[in-house]
Amino acid sequence: MAKKLDKVDVVVVGMGWAGGIVSAEMAKAGKKVVGLEKGDHIKREDYIGVKDELRFDNQFQIMQELKKDTVTSRNEIDETALPIRTRKKMQIGANLGGASVHWAGASYRYWPYEFEIRSKTIEKYGKDKIPEDMNLQDWGLTYDEMEPYYEKWEYTAGISGEQDPNAPKRNKPWPNPPLLESPSLRLFKDACKELGHKPFQIAAGNMSENYENPDGEKLNACMYCSYCTRHGCDFDAKSDPLATVIPTAMRHDNFELRTRANVRRVIYDKDSKKATGVLYVDENTGQEYEQPAEVVVLAAFAFTNNRLLMLSDIGEQYDPKTRKGIIGRNFNGQYNNAFAGVRGFFDNKKFNLYAGAGAMGAAITDFAADNFDHTDLDFLGGGAIELRQYGFAAIKSSGNIKSGTPNWGAEYKKESLNYAHRMLQIWYTNNTFSYWHNYVDLDPTYKDEYGDPLLRVTYKFGSGSKEIMEFGVEKCREIMEKMGADHIEEDSIPEEFDHEFSGGHYTGGVVMGEDPETSAVNNYLQMWDVDNLFVVGGSAFPQFGGHHPTPTIGALSYRAAEGVEKYLKDKKPLAKAKKTTKA
Amino acid sequence: MSNDEKRPHERNEKQFSRRDFLKTTGVATGGILAGSLLGGVVTHFGDSGLKDQEPNGEGGTNETPESQKGNLTDARVFFNRKSDFSTLAAAAERIFPEDDLGPGAISLGVPYFIDKQCHSWWGFNGKNYTDGPHDFEKTPEFGIQEKLNRGQIFKLGLEKMNEIANDEFDGNFWEIDSKDQDEILKKFESNDDDVKMNGVRADVFFSLLRDTTIWGVYADPAYGGNRDMEGWKMIEFPGPRMGWANIIQEEEFHKEAPQSLRTYQGGKM
Repeated sequence: MAKKLDKVDVVVVGMGWAGGIVSAEMAKAGKKVVGLEKGDHIKREDYIGVKDELRFDNQFQIMQELKKDTVTSRNEIDETALPIRTRKKMQIGANLGGASVHWAGASYRYWPYEFEIRSKTIEKYGKDKIPEDMNLQDWGLTYDEMEPYYEKWEYTAGISGEQDPNAPKRNKPWPNPPLLESPSLRLFKDACKELGHKPFQIAAGNMSENYENPDGEKLNACMYCSYCTRHGCDFDAKSDPLATVIPTAMRHDNFELRTRANVRRVIYDKDSKKATGVLYVDENTGQEYEQPAEVVVLAAFAFTNNRLLMLSDIGEQYDPKTRKGIIGRNFNGQYNNAFAGVRGFFDNKKFNLYAGAGAMGAAITDFAADNFDHTDLDFLGGGAIELRQYGFAAIKSSGNIKSGTPNWGAEYKKESLNYAHRMLQIWYTNNTFSYWHNYVDLDPTYKDEYGDPLLRVTYKFGSGSKEIMEFGVEKCREIMEKMGADHIEEDSIPEEFDHEFSGGHYTGGVVMGEDPETSAVNNYLQMWDVDNLFVVGGSAFPQFGGHHPTPTIGALSYRAAEGVEKYLKDKKPLAKAKKTTKA
Repeated sequence: MSNDEKRPHERNEKQFSRRDFLKTTGVATGGILAGSLLGGVVTHFGDSGLKDQEPNGEGGTNETPESQKGNLTDARVFFNRKSDFSTLAAAAERIFPEDDLGPGAISLGVPYFIDKQCHSWWGFNGKNYTDGPHDFEKTPEFGIQEKLNRGQIFKLGLEKMNEIANDEFDGNFWEIDSKDQDEILKKFESNDDDVKMNGVRADVFFSLLRDTTIWGVYADPAYGGNRDMEGWKMIEFPGPRMGWANIIQEEEFHKEAPQSLRTYQGGKM
């Protein structure tokens, strides 16, 4: 029997960037807020002195344990899905701070074209340019509307960057100067310039200087120690919610954090069409609680946001056979047709690749969004071409062998020792799109520890999925050739989605827009069907942009926080529905 | 492998002989218990290391005998059967062999590293989704689908490897030619029909063996492998440090002797 708690203004489910931002903003606005996090109460000192490749990079200590909850996966809508059982195959964040604690820090804004991709594609290329299988949708707000929220997030996070020559002029400069430039980055930039591209230093959530954000949170300058992606930062030098919005929220007595609080349902009243609160389990005791609230904010990872709506029977489940329903529709993400490129092996040059930082890197956006003409191309969109110097420890470096080299034995040993510091990789971070056949729903077979069905992912490539990848690999090759690599190897083009969920960038299913026929939430991430329920995070992406998702999730979270505050004042829908996206 | 170490259901059972039993267990060559174990270790590891475990035959003083110095953590805590462990050690050594570039898996402590890993949450699949139904034939496509956990897969696979060695090369895996050992490993790597097992695909077992061996070569010495940071010295990896802001812009390769996590954390308690 669940214990019923006192009602609060806002209950926030999930405490990563999205939940942390909404919590901090609502706490600052004086609202009574409870933040629920199913993982542990991790603190920044948990990551001091634990620089250990095996623990974090190979055994994934800070990723969600899959024992209790994972997803199942399949390609075809009539196939049996199987569960993703190991964290080698599935890496999503866990614990306070969420995935943002282990993120690398690459910080790009999406492009004006991307927010209005359907309208602008039709405008420039005509309607026939959009493939029939693609659910191409506008986001329901423009880049200009997003700009102030991007800026707000970037200043909270203290992003270190420089102006991308292709990007719209910024209203304010990046809060910190770019990270330092290593020889591998210089080599990439010089090659790009020779080819007529416009390289720049990737904007990073790793601090180039000591920084104090507008909320008064302090971060230190990055040491380029390399224990960054998949790790928590040893020096408070990587921007994450533990260093920024969570302590900001916690400075307010009207905010209360409860960790190991695993939300199982949104409590939904069908008559009034209101969410009245959430049901959660205290994972220390097993005790169930009901937390009533004026506003419920789902701010978990896209998988969890989708699943909680489905388990709570809120909104209409998408069915690919009838193509009706909204929840679970337009599920997307950077699966194995993104991040393809080339590897270059240098026989006469060694790089200090054991040093680096998560987002240390150089990029070009000459082949991102619609920055290049698509008239004669058989795909839409694009992405950045990046060279990153994350900093690679020994196990990772021991994998730098050319294809054809055996991966064990004497020859492996010789080749891997030789190339450990001589391999550079560049890749294309291309858009991935939503197709009618890709969606999420509840699995009929596999259950979580409480007997609730797991989320089922149905995903396969659609029109343009392989073509955009082939294009990217070719462009990467041209750059690597200019960089002077002695051996260049192209990533192979996969036949099909391979059930690999290790990239962490999975979005959609509860998408935003201006038409309730094709979107679940409006441009404040408020549900069309349920006024007092906001679904915040990557779940709102109608399709995946051509860059890493975090800044857009951060910006949308600030937008949503504004929406929650408006709603608490007026108790009204925040946007008018328009019929726009339907073909 | 002697017959008593085989399970009753296994095919190709060989005639049991007392001589085989004594040879394998070492009862005939040494003391009843310690002698058998030490004899085994010396036989299995040959010249590759762990010599400090040989008994010195002295006793009766307060001094710690040589046999009890060195890495006292070098003891099996997961694999019960010495034959499984000896097969593991020999296979790991073929995956990362000793040569003029530096030490191999055995002298880097990799077999004990793997034994300890199997004894951990990782070996017991403590953080995996483990509910059925299971379909191990789908593993290459969907990632690990076995009902067996990693430790069980190791035991099953190693036992099979030694069985093949006995069937096809008339000797235990750790005693046959390295060329023949490689041939067996390749059969597992390619999921050859000859090495089919019930419950795990041979190539899945091989990948597990291969990857864990490489972990043992290069993971922090805290885990029992990468002994004396010799793995890191070979691959010129300096270990965990405060940072590299001082050299990050440098054009030349910067080489430093490695430091381990123990040093990074401020040394021993």
